Amino acid sequence: MLKILKYSFYDLMRSRWSYVYFIFYLLLGFVLLFLNNDVSKAVITLMNIIIVLTPLIGTIFGVMYYYNSKEFTELLLAQPINRSKIFMGQYLGISLSLTLSLVLGLGIPFMAYGLFKSAAIFDFSLLLVVGSFLNFIFVALSYNIALSTENKIKGFGYAILMWLFFAVIYDGIFLISLVMFDEYPLDKFSLIATMFNPIDLSRILILLKLDISALLGYTGAIFRKFFGTNIGMLLSMSILVMWVILPVIRMNLKLRKKDF
Amino acid sequence: MIEFKNLHKRFGKLTVLDGLDLSIKEGGIFAILGPNGSGKTTLIKCLLGMVIPQKGAITYNNKSVLRKWDYRNDLNYLPQIANFPPNLTVIELIQMVKNLRPKESNEQVLIDLFGLNDSLQKKLGTLSGGTKQKVNIVLTFMFDSHLIILDEPTNGLDPIALIHLKELIQKEKAKGKTILITTHIMSFVNEVADEIVFILDGNIYFKGSIEDLKKQTKNDNLEHAIANLISKQYA
Repeated sequence: MLKILKYSFYDLMRSRWSYVYFIFYLLLGFVLLFLNNDVSKAVITLMNIIIVLTPLIGTIFGVMYYYNSKEFTELLLAQPINRSKIFMGQYLGISLSLTLSLVLGLGIPFMAYGLFKSAAIFDFSLLLVVGSFLNFIFVALSYNIALSTENKIKGFGYAILMWLFFAVIYDGIFLISLVMFDEYPLDKFSLIATMFNPIDLSRILILLKLDISALLGYTGAIFRKFFGTNIGMLLSMSILVMWVILPVIRMNLKLRKKDF
Repeated sequence: MIEFKNLHKRFGKLTVLDGLDLSIKEGGIFAILGPNGSGKTTLIKCLLGMVIPQKGAITYNNKSVLRKWDYRNDLNYLPQIANFPPNLTVIELIQMVKNLRPKESNEQVLIDLFGLNDSLQKKLGTLSGGTKQKVNIVLTFMFDSHLIILDEPTNGLDPIALIHLKELIQKEKAKGKTILITTHIMSFVNEVADEIVFILDGNIYFKGSIEDLKKQTKNDNLEHAIANLISKQYA
């Protein structure tokens, strides 16, 4: 598996798109930090961008890599290697290379700004951890979609829909249902509804850390009230881990029956 | 050496293999023929473990291959379409495949034979279709295995490379290897194959030597004999 991981990783690290992605974050980091001069505001802006963008890029890279390397995967399948190792290697290769683009792209401007000495280093590292989680989650989800869809165009469409659902539609439905049922106690509902969306969950995770959750919305306030900051953090983290593990398990189950 | 027993494979409503039985003994060149969509590639992919049959058994050297993977160390496979990661160079790809198989390899001889020395440092995405197929052939023949499976090996090759490929196949045959070939080019079959396996509608329709086939169809030309086989079925 490590060998496959290594080659997928090298292959992606050398593609133009990894650089574009890396340079985008690099520019974003520099612009936000050096033109803004307020670190916590910069972190919030970054959060808003990362939370929408990393899932999108993860989704697109995931489906694109799967369909583009289809024939090569067939060559690998004819080698004496276990099926699931091939796909786990590819999956980790994509996720790691995207994570590297993110961490380096944002890490370099922050280092240049001298954040290692400031207190914002924790907020910032949380941002990177959440971004990495989102990479792993959405690459896994998009790999699931690609594995289940033979047709490239359809697979791409479903993957983008999946992203749109989590990034936009889910929040819309969530808000509408809050308004519709505002005569009922909605604490538990909103809490559970948040857990089913990794993007919402990541947002709350960062907001809890920034200590402005009470000001910034209903769900954040509930999370804070119910769990207090540390337990809430732990819970959301473990749910994010579940969001990685469950799609990976489903991927392995699908692989057992899949024809190539 | 290879034994297919009562093999069934359906893709949705489409039945591709319908209770196929076939046994292939060790040594020699077997051409697997049949019209488009008759199940040639599916049969091969079942043997490779890429397609999982709904019913039936496949054994290789008397051991079942279903859901196993280590038996693949003893076979080489040339896939139909050669498409590699575009950002790796040729030499990196060769190193990678070597890395994946704990086995002796003789890639340098093959690289010289197909004149790939100048292309070694090039990225795979920049190679032409024929050159990719040459790389594909190097990857297939560089290991010493008892079974070699070639799916449309002549695709995109220039005449010189084709001659080299034929020599290569004959050389492997002389070492007592078993070689399975699927192709639509009858002159190629005529030249290299010892035995023909003809698949039609998911079953073996004919198995025997080229001579037998010509005798049975009363036709001296292989191409016409095969056409005869197909049209008889459709009539």
